[in-house]
Amino acid sequence: TSNKTRYLSHSSLFLDRKEWADLEPVPQDDGPNPVVKIAYSEKFTDVFDMFRALLQNDEKSERAFALTTEAIDLNAANYTVWHYRRVLLQALDKDLREEMKYITAIIEDQPKNYQVWHHRRMVVEWLNDPSEELQFVAEILSQDAKNYHAWQHRQWVMQEYKLWDGELEYVEELLEEDVRNNSAWNQRHFVINHTSGYSDSSILDREVQYTLKQIKKAPHNESAWNYLNGILQDGGLSSFPGLLEQVTELQDTCSSPYLTAFLVDLYEDALETNSSSYDQQEMFNKALELCKFLAEEKDTIRREYWNYVSRSLQNTYGSGDPVSASSDPPPPPSSSQLPDMEPSDP
Amino acid sequence: SCSLSITVHVFSKLIMEEASPPLRCFSESHSSELFSDDGVQTVTSREQVNSNKMIKWMILPYFFRPTLLREQHYHYLKKGLRHLSDAYECLDASRPWLCYWILHSLELLEEPVPAAVASDVCQFLARCQSPTGGFSGGPCQHAHLAPTYAAVNALCILGTEEAYKVINREKLLDFLYSVKQPDGSFVMHVGGEVDVRSAYCAASVASLTNIITPTLFDGTHNWILSCQNWEGGLGGVPGLEAHGGYTFCGTAALVILGKEHMLDLKTLLRWVTSRQMRFEGGFQGRCNKLVDGCYSFWQAGLLPLLHRALFKEGDSTLSVSSWMFERKALQEYILLCCQNPGGGLLDKPGKSRDFYHTCYCLSGLSIAQHFGNKDLHNELILGRDENRLAPTHPVYNICPEKVAQAIEHFHRLPVPVQTESTPSTMDQS
Repeated sequence: TSNKTRYLSHSSLFLDRKEWADLEPVPQDDGPNPVVKIAYSEKFTDVFDMFRALLQNDEKSERAFALTTEAIDLNAANYTVWHYRRVLLQALDKDLREEMKYITAIIEDQPKNYQVWHHRRMVVEWLNDPSEELQFVAEILSQDAKNYHAWQHRQWVMQEYKLWDGELEYVEELLEEDVRNNSAWNQRHFVINHTSGYSDSSILDREVQYTLKQIKKAPHNESAWNYLNGILQDGGLSSFPGLLEQVTELQDTCSSPYLTAFLVDLYEDALETNSSSYDQQEMFNKALELCKFLAEEKDTIRREYWNYVSRSLQNTYGSGDPVSASSDPPPPPSSSQLPDMEPSDP
Repeated sequence: SCSLSITVHVFSKLIMEEASPPLRCFSESHSSELFSDDGVQTVTSREQVNSNKMIKWMILPYFFRPTLLREQHYHYLKKGLRHLSDAYECLDASRPWLCYWILHSLELLEEPVPAAVASDVCQFLARCQSPTGGFSGGPCQHAHLAPTYAAVNALCILGTEEAYKVINREKLLDFLYSVKQPDGSFVMHVGGEVDVRSAYCAASVASLTNIITPTLFDGTHNWILSCQNWEGGLGGVPGLEAHGGYTFCGTAALVILGKEHMLDLKTLLRWVTSRQMRFEGGFQGRCNKLVDGCYSFWQAGLLPLLHRALFKEGDSTLSVSSWMFERKALQEYILLCCQNPGGGLLDKPGKSRDFYHTCYCLSGLSIAQHFGNKDLHNELILGRDENRLAPTHPVYNICPEKVAQAIEHFHRLPVPVQTESTPSTMDQS
């Protein structure tokens, strides 16, 4: 109910401001019987009614830019507003250094929002200047070392601008602070993958020794065990010299379900590669024994999984009759049986 | 914490006669599943130990059969479908999501939607459809793949002629082409970000509405596959940490495209089964992070997908009676720890209820309850029989009958022809 001849000096509503008097606010059209109708505050309605008016007129002005700031403040997830703000940044040739300061503050305030990080990325691209990025992301990570958007931005900056120096050191600092930070372990893999790679045996050795050292510090840290497994996948767990011995040695002091699972993986790899370094029958028997131990005692939450692994091993490497999960064979698949998950053929 | 253990033990022994199958969380060995920090305290371990403590307090009163608070959830959902408080201003660009989360929760609870309400939803979603195709977060906003996914799912749940007719298939195809990237990925909206959610949203709506052309998903499966990492799960984009939400999106998209066999299924299976928490029973989103009720769907929902993928590969050692996760433990976590007494479900004890968590906790509960399909079905309902939910389709997360009905409807229509030329590079503004 705006009366254009009445300019309230105390109202902060846009519809009451004389600089906006020429613009007719556009109310949201939710239809006659709205659903999921949000009880917007008066301020919210005011700002977005004006925003819709600007959008409708495709207005490109300073006041439009100022309005986007208000709209973002009310709902930073409104991607339409962010898009419009970017159009204005370019059309009005706005100072992008100022925009960097702005987006820095917004991200600090709402670091788990998609739009704010994407906006920052766009401004960095326009400026072609990544020089603040690694420090900025490190600052956000110092508050939440696992923020997924932050890591995504960091990886994008590093790849786009080839900023690999010092990152392994940064990862090690994070792992010193929290050896269980899985995001840091992932970043370790990311850096090495994109720089030296893992095919060099001196690199692989270094990584295996580093990881075993972290495992000894905290044997129940799943991340370290997963990393050990992950880096040895290509070469094969059973092919790495002395690994079985090193891990078996850990059993007395560092036993955990993860150690046991690692041994299963190692034995399975020995079977898969038909390695002559190991007694195949012994590998088979030990693998089954550990699967049973995990299923029945040490990792019962994954009972179904370990029983499956056991059956699979028996099926592939066993010498007896084919193994299945029940005495009756499963019925043969027919089109009516399984939910149709694929589009039909043209 | 020693006296707490004794209290739990004494109470459980006293009242156990009432409960039929004893709950896993009251078994003798449950306390041995508490997190061991090896004497090395870090941020991660402190958070996990606190999480365990919270859970312990939550399970205390539940000596009797856990109950799904149907009435309370129904009223919460019924009200939300019409009115939401100003706390929902932050979801003003996600209103089709609110429609989907609520409608799907209602269909899982087998609560009918009155015809008038259904029609109102159709008309609202029609107002969210963009003139250039696809759906947006609200009237007059730009089209975006996430609300597009949600709107199409919501309309398929309604399943009426009116609902199906809302979708402009020709323009939807134009929209999908407008967000398609040369490397096979999709941006979420014109001028927006890329991640694997977009491929799932695109594949879901395109397959349901029968608008898949020979070129629409060129390169997409290869891009998704490059998101699988050293952990076995998938990250949001290549290089990132494996994460439940993104892993679900990537895997489900590949299933739709018929390319799921190209994943390293063994390492993916190991990764996802490792995400079930030994103490809480629920799932975490990433290794060494906390349990969250929504992962009951994103993570547990992967097991039916993997089961089918392995079956298609000729695996004869798959279980014939269960998905490969602890179904009872997940149901316990959801029913004992994720329900708000006034209705609605949540992340973990201490968090507020919301419609997103209501949708995904209930979806996860359904996955845990139902194994197989029409011919090879097996139900495991924790607590009262009344806790039973309708089954959900593990690819689309709407009920299987609604999937079948939509596919049947749209397959009677021809695949549209792409009408607009597409920009080959991302719109910089």
